[in-house]
Amino acid sequence: MLRRLHKEQPSHFAFTPANQTWAEAQISKYPEGRQASAIIPLFWRAHEQEGWLTRPAIEYVCDMLDMPFIRGLEVATFYFMFKLEPRGTIANIQICGTTSCMICGAEDLVAVCKELIAEKPHTVSADGKFSWEEVECLGACSNAPMAQIGKDYYEDLTADSLRDLIARFSKGEVPVPGPQNGRYAAEPLGGLTSLKEYEAGRKPYNASAQAAVDIGDTVKRIDGAEVPILTPWLGKSSADQPAEVTDKPMTEAQEAASDKAANTDAVKKARPPQADEKPVVAVKPEGLTAARDGKADDLKLIKGIGPKLETLCNSLGFYHFDQIANWTAEQVAWVDENLEGFKGRVTRDTWVAQAKILAKGGETEFSRRADKGSDG
Amino acid sequence: MLKDQDRIFTNLYGMHDRSLAGAKKRGHWDGTAGFIQQGRGWLVDQVKASGLRGRGGAGFPTGLKWSFMPKESDGRPSYLVINADESEPGTCKDREIMRHDPHTLIEGALIASFAMGAHACYIYLRGEYIREREALQAAIDECYDAGLLGKNAAKSGWDFDLYLHHGAGAYICGEETALLESLEGKKGMPRMKPPFPAGAGLYGCPTTVNNVESIAVVPTILRRGPEWFTSFGRPNNAGTKLFGISGHVVNPCVVEESMSIPLRELLDRHCGGVRGGWKNIKAVIPGGSSVPLLNADQCGDAIMDFDWLREQKSGLGTAAVIVMDQSTDVIKAIWRLSAFYKHESCGQCTPCREGTGWMMRVMDRLVRGEAEVEEIDMLLDVTKQVEGHTICALGDAAAWPIQGLVRHFREEIEDRIKAQKTGRMGAMAAE
Repeated sequence: MLRRLHKEQPSHFAFTPANQTWAEAQISKYPEGRQASAIIPLFWRAHEQEGWLTRPAIEYVCDMLDMPFIRGLEVATFYFMFKLEPRGTIANIQICGTTSCMICGAEDLVAVCKELIAEKPHTVSADGKFSWEEVECLGACSNAPMAQIGKDYYEDLTADSLRDLIARFSKGEVPVPGPQNGRYAAEPLGGLTSLKEYEAGRKPYNASAQAAVDIGDTVKRIDGAEVPILTPWLGKSSADQPAEVTDKPMTEAQEAASDKAANTDAVKKARPPQADEKPVVAVKPEGLTAARDGKADDLKLIKGIGPKLETLCNSLGFYHFDQIANWTAEQVAWVDENLEGFKGRVTRDTWVAQAKILAKGGETEFSRRADKGSDG
Repeated sequence: MLKDQDRIFTNLYGMHDRSLAGAKKRGHWDGTAGFIQQGRGWLVDQVKASGLRGRGGAGFPTGLKWSFMPKESDGRPSYLVINADESEPGTCKDREIMRHDPHTLIEGALIASFAMGAHACYIYLRGEYIREREALQAAIDECYDAGLLGKNAAKSGWDFDLYLHHGAGAYICGEETALLESLEGKKGMPRMKPPFPAGAGLYGCPTTVNNVESIAVVPTILRRGPEWFTSFGRPNNAGTKLFGISGHVVNPCVVEESMSIPLRELLDRHCGGVRGGWKNIKAVIPGGSSVPLLNADQCGDAIMDFDWLREQKSGLGTAAVIVMDQSTDVIKAIWRLSAFYKHESCGQCTPCREGTGWMMRVMDRLVRGEAEVEEIDMLLDVTKQVEGHTICALGDAAAWPIQGLVRHFREEIEDRIKAQKTGRMGAMAAE
């Protein structure tokens, strides 16, 4: 199936503060330098926030994970859960159509969707509320036929019950997910044939439906406040080994600052690159309010600086190679700390050394290639 | 019949207390540290002795797989990765473990990780299981709070972190090397083997990938002893197993039963039998979409274990039983699987990328009968050319259901083609 980005894209994407925190915590699940692993969870978060996966969102996440955009685009188009075009404002109804569901009546459900929503899948209904599609096995085969609406599985459906569900969603209600025929979970409908002694005192709903009822985020777009992410794996090392968790040697001032933080904020402590305490020794280099003579140098000729980073540098007042070439170690430390989303890049990509060559009118191996690229 | 006290997943339906306290009441997390203190070698030997075969479909002995992990680290960390990307059509068993009995899995993850020298474990959950992810994460958080995970996990002296990761709707990521690629943040395209994951897996480090059920049964096996586990099922097919039954039975369900249970007994006891009575059965897919189906005659004798089904040129797979009664258009049912494999082929190997499309299109015409009889053999020929010529087993999995269909229902296909040609109803359709 050909999957391309949608023609009309929003101009901008940013995670909500809560989602940003969530995303940063998610990245901490993977070893240092393996942050690319977080791409699917982060894309999904962006998808849940926006309702579909937009180009700016892909770019935003790629920047966050220090990945080339094309790698992000590959992931976005490879995985079918990422919807690359806008969906119905209330819900995108995903009917499972694979064999188990098909022989139990999924085709009737598809017919209902065609009748009530749109003739063609992936199309938004006339009132803009719904869209539908047939998806491959959703893994609830004993509860066939079923559909995923929002985050939730509505199971043991019939054409009539789906019709009823759509009507209720349309009115703004959120029907309780789970089996729609009186079953609790995946037990036999006719009564338990095993585990009878574990039946007493059960909660009103099975685990999935209970979560939907408790959290209440079923078909809503989320802002990140719904289910906070805990990071117990970070907390574990803060108490007994305060210094070991960093990967670069700390200055005395940093140590003092982080010791203070250790008592109050274990998460921040364990991830120094994301902590917002600034090393005391860092000094802000003087910036310009605008480029001299209105003509800025092309900072992208420095290996490691892309369009986004160039804009960021400009916003901090850096427009010229010679500015960067003259940074002192303290100034480098400040810039390293203050490149939002690109912390540490100045040192890692040796900007100063590159800028010294470029400022003199020389060229680096990278700038030669970059020049050729832009000519062609 | 398997008694309740011999069932491992006692909260399969989620009716009992789903919290850590409830799990402890049901006997989980009992003596975990003690098992770990017995040492790696002992753990692997116990699992080997239990005869546990991987529950993800291939049936590879789990203990043997664990023993491939390096005994001494060469500086690289080891990883356990749990395959919770349950997407084989028909399969819905791991979902019940993760949402309703998650502590079996978490405890198993700790023990298994220790047995392979891993301090970290990733659970790769399929993306659509959003509520299951929340339920499992809540259980993991609970375990961290109780000191069962993290530093000195469960007071065993072993530091262990358990991370929940998820995919985004790609069947191929259930293949172990594709899963590792996906977990590294790439497209889920399978890797060539060797090197096998035990040598170079996640991030190039020694890795073992196990199915959820394989890991979740381990703590109970240790508590009750390998002999207890081998007392169920025929030799070489030991243990209890979750069966997920769907399709044309009176009461579809997920249920734990002993291995080697006769198919008919399984359906009659737990599912209220086949819709319209046993005689109404037409075909059964015994192990998820990838295995060839059984015809009605075979169903009568069928024994649900690895070896019997393999002898019948089918397989136990994930023990996802899809029952079809006489009203089913079996050609269409298999066509739908062909459509599934075409949709899910990752596109890396040409025989699979192109072959799944060919197979689906020919199947499409067979469903309508708009084909020549000779095309059945042509279709079989295509399946043979795809089978065994791809990096991973998705090509094989796409080929086998069609081979099974032609083997058992060739007459019906031919009948439909003739009926279409002559405009008369075929003899079989008239029945």
